[in-house]
Amino acid sequence: MSRIAECFNKCSSIGRTALIPYITAGDGGAEATLTVMQTLVESGADIIELGMPFSDPMADGPVIQKACERALASGMTLTGVLGLVRRFRMDDQITPIVLMGYMNPIERYGLKLFSQDAASAGVDGVLLVDCPPEEAATVHAHLSECSIDQIFLVAPTSTEQRRQQICAISSGFVYYVSLKGVTGAACLQQASLAEPIAEIKQHTKLPIAVGFGIKSPSDAVAVAEHADAVVIGSALVENLAQADDVAQLARDFLQPIRQALDNSKKRIS
Amino acid sequence: MQKSTNRLDDIPEAWQFGNDLGDLPDGGGHFGEFGGSYVSETLMASLDELRQGYLHWRRDPVFVRRFAQDLKDYVGRPSPLYEAKRLSAQVGGGRIILKREDLNHTGAHKINNTVGQALLAEFMGKKRVIAETGAGQHGVATATIAARLGLECVVYMGAVDIQRQAINVFRMRLLGAEVRAVDSGSQTLKDAMNEALRDWVTNVDDTFYVIGTVAGPHPYPMLVRDFNSVIGREAREQMQLQYQTLPDALVACVGGGSNAMGLFYPFLNDKEISIYGVEAGGEGVDGDQHAASLGAGRPGVLHGSRTYLLDDDAGQIRETHSVSAGLDYPGVGPEHSWLKDTGRAEYVSVTDQEALQAFHQLTRLEGILPALESAHAIAYATKLAAQMSPQQIVLVNLSGRGDKDVHTVASIEGIEL
Repeated sequence: MSRIAECFNKCSSIGRTALIPYITAGDGGAEATLTVMQTLVESGADIIELGMPFSDPMADGPVIQKACERALASGMTLTGVLGLVRRFRMDDQITPIVLMGYMNPIERYGLKLFSQDAASAGVDGVLLVDCPPEEAATVHAHLSECSIDQIFLVAPTSTEQRRQQICAISSGFVYYVSLKGVTGAACLQQASLAEPIAEIKQHTKLPIAVGFGIKSPSDAVAVAEHADAVVIGSALVENLAQADDVAQLARDFLQPIRQALDNSKKRIS
Repeated sequence: MQKSTNRLDDIPEAWQFGNDLGDLPDGGGHFGEFGGSYVSETLMASLDELRQGYLHWRRDPVFVRRFAQDLKDYVGRPSPLYEAKRLSAQVGGGRIILKREDLNHTGAHKINNTVGQALLAEFMGKKRVIAETGAGQHGVATATIAARLGLECVVYMGAVDIQRQAINVFRMRLLGAEVRAVDSGSQTLKDAMNEALRDWVTNVDDTFYVIGTVAGPHPYPMLVRDFNSVIGREAREQMQLQYQTLPDALVACVGGGSNAMGLFYPFLNDKEISIYGVEAGGEGVDGDQHAASLGAGRPGVLHGSRTYLLDDDAGQIRETHSVSAGLDYPGVGPEHSWLKDTGRAEYVSVTDQEALQAFHQLTRLEGILPALESAHAIAYATKLAAQMSPQQIVLVNLSGRGDKDVHTVASIEGIEL
């Protein structure tokens, strides 16, 4: 069983909402990224989503754009991202890692080689923001060959037919984008989650993660009512960018969210 | 309300459009291995809506008639063919004939596309249009037609470009458009395009994204080509009528590639005609100060399609350079990538220096100030003509006029205006 499946099994058996923080690899330098990854796990993260920086992140809002620029300026490359995962895996063989990014750097690395190197580094899932199912056949074949889950986005604008198509090709989990917009945009509209998530669940048994626009413990709790996992990216990245002590910040940021999620589950049960 | 009839007899064939010259792209927007829709899921439904809207309206007589009427009365079509006799004589060799897109309203071919897309926005019930712009030409062309149709218009433009192109920024504002500065990345065209895509993803319900070139996700490369193919259709008819022959070669500059695609497309089946796309060689394609995606790049994925592009070894998009802002783009329309790989068109480049020289040459010999973009095409056409026999003809797309570039040229030559 894959690390992602195992993680969700465990969460579901103890009634825990999976918490998935996102950070951009190399933002603040490679060492800071590694420290933050480890601290996030200690502070209640179940899966780490690691951004592969790209010069033209067209689906991301200003916060992650700037993080990409900082990461690239620090010299981060796709090879560097895989190196970080390899080092993380030396101490942690349990926490799944999902890489999130754009097609071009992967293409340049070579789809087959990337899949092989990512698998051997200990990557569990890959989410390519600019690769909808229509264009995914080749990359999907290479990732599957190496037992890496390919995660796809479902959007509020996705038609019923597309939702079905995306669920059919997805593995690991399905990532529902909570709003029309870029990462870190506007505010969460919790009311609009129930229906689409119920609908997605009709098409798949995979866990559903929700992200884009989740900023606070209360946002996370609201999302957890409907979703199996909560993704928090921009709010964390923004805070990290201003922190002197990134480990301290990561702890202070994530722990309240973890507690809020755990408390709300207890209240429900 | 105009009366709908199914007769299009009164509309010149050149002003009708549609994908009836070939069967590409395929249903998914692919030209061979190029093209496609590499965008985030949120946009997929809108792209599909746009594709269906376009495929529907382009066959609708009312739509086609409105488009044709606007091309005639508003844009000023047909644009003439003009034989540059003094230029040809100086070069020695073949005859150089110019397709005068510089005489269009707003001064370039860009208006053909914005008229078509804004009309499509209106027919699809969208009240707000957005656009990206580099030098400001496409922004002005979009703001122009938005003003005419009463559509809200927002134009994204890199902060660096805003400083370089103050006059176009002011023109857009005069036309009622909001110009939003983009300060991410290199603060130029590619970043403006990223930002426009972000706006679209956020406002997909009421917004129409007017892309200015044959790049971007499907269906843009197809529909921008179709709207601009009026250039080639007219030119083909005019050549037969005025010169009783077809040209031996076509030349057009290629940044994203819309004026080139517009000229080339109706000639693709004329296999005996050589086709040349001229990219910005900047300070030379051996270094990194150029924008020759086809000549010096490799296939990758940018701005929604698979195409030739300029990137570094890690797959990060490179910053490009050209004296001409309109060619200063690291990608290129996917159909050009396909034409390159199939060998139907040849892609070459000329340097900043050569383009500037052609700019002066055409101005002094013919009294026509070309846009710096178009000066690239002129520069290559003179090289080509020099090797031709006197009966042979090279048809050049003079895609825009150079008034917008006089400040650039003056400052390069150390002249203070």
